[in-house]
Amino acid sequence: MKSNDSYLNPYLAGFGLGLVLLAAIVLYGKGLGASGAIMRTVVTIEKAVSPEHVNNVSYLAGYGSGNKNPMYHWLVFEVIGVIVGGLVSGVLAGRVRWEVNKGPQISNQKRLGFAVLGGALFGFGARLARGCTSGVALSGGATLALGSWATMLTLFVVAYAMAWVFKKLWI
Amino acid sequence: MFPLADQLAMALPSQHVLSFVIGLLFGFFLEQAGFGNSKKLAMTFYFRDMTVVKVMFTAIITAMTGVLIFSEVGWLQMDMVWLNPTYIWPGIVGGVIMGAGFAIGGYCPGTGLVGIPTLKKDAYFNIGGAMIGMMIYGELSPMLEDFYKSGFMGSRATLPEFFGLTPGVVALLVICFALAMFFFSEWVEKKMAHSGGPS
Repeated sequence: MKSNDSYLNPYLAGFGLGLVLLAAIVLYGKGLGASGAIMRTVVTIEKAVSPEHVNNVSYLAGYGSGNKNPMYHWLVFEVIGVIVGGLVSGVLAGRVRWEVNKGPQISNQKRLGFAVLGGALFGFGARLARGCTSGVALSGGATLALGSWATMLTLFVVAYAMAWVFKKLWI
Repeated sequence: MFPLADQLAMALPSQHVLSFVIGLLFGFFLEQAGFGNSKKLAMTFYFRDMTVVKVMFTAIITAMTGVLIFSEVGWLQMDMVWLNPTYIWPGIVGGVIMGAGFAIGGYCPGTGLVGIPTLKKDAYFNIGGAMIGMMIYGELSPMLEDFYKSGFMGSRATLPEFFGLTPGVVALLVICFALAMFFFSEWVEKKMAHSGGPS
């Protein structure tokens, strides 16, 4: 399948992304991230419903016990940036469009159901692995972190294997 | 002299502004690469469109080379830079679960977030799913605590240390690996384009 021509050349996009990651490391001393900010949103909601629960579960307490605001964290501001940056690029390229992207063989409803399931698995796995494709694979990959490379390679091998099982969703 | 934030003892609000700007560029390039579109991401797994592999490995070797040069010439204090700790078992099992989630959901959390402003309905459902998965993890966390802390191999374990090689040699090997992936990607995309229909 030929990609839409308005996309940036992948090597150029990767180079740009690499420079952004380098800037994050050199200027801020941390890499990039995504899933952590989603977790912070979850803890914020849970805290609004039951602050005692967040205080009692030590994993959640780490994000937002007592007076700690889970959202007052660099990762949350970075992710707000990601959303705004995505919007700017999408507007410039004319790609802001209410749509469902999926394979030709499945209904929208099915696609959305599987999007939830896949997201739930990814979210769960990202907590277990202490980060997702951004924080572990990209950032840890560039700093040559041992565990990050193990996670990244496992992630891609399994994704290729599972894609074969779930072929009907996409092609 | 780097990381700058530590050097300047930057206050939290300015750190957050810096993070926002970095995120802005991160999101911009993700969307430019086409990562707001789940179909384009998933096509990587069917060898039809290898953009994910190309972008990811170009980004890794670019940043890695920069970090290596900056630290070798003494501009970047590596011990001040965050390094992912290695807990090998939860890292690998997490990788397995994320890999399955990627193939089924089409997005990873970062790319799903880029699908939000570009109004991809499946991205909204995917991020909603990620929130559910993380909520479940939080609830199960007391039970998973022992496993979460298992296989600890060091808070700053690196590939060079593990293999007993210098960072330069490892970086060179990573670059060779990336180049091999690029050549394979170009070759397989052409092959799939010629063979046409589904395989």
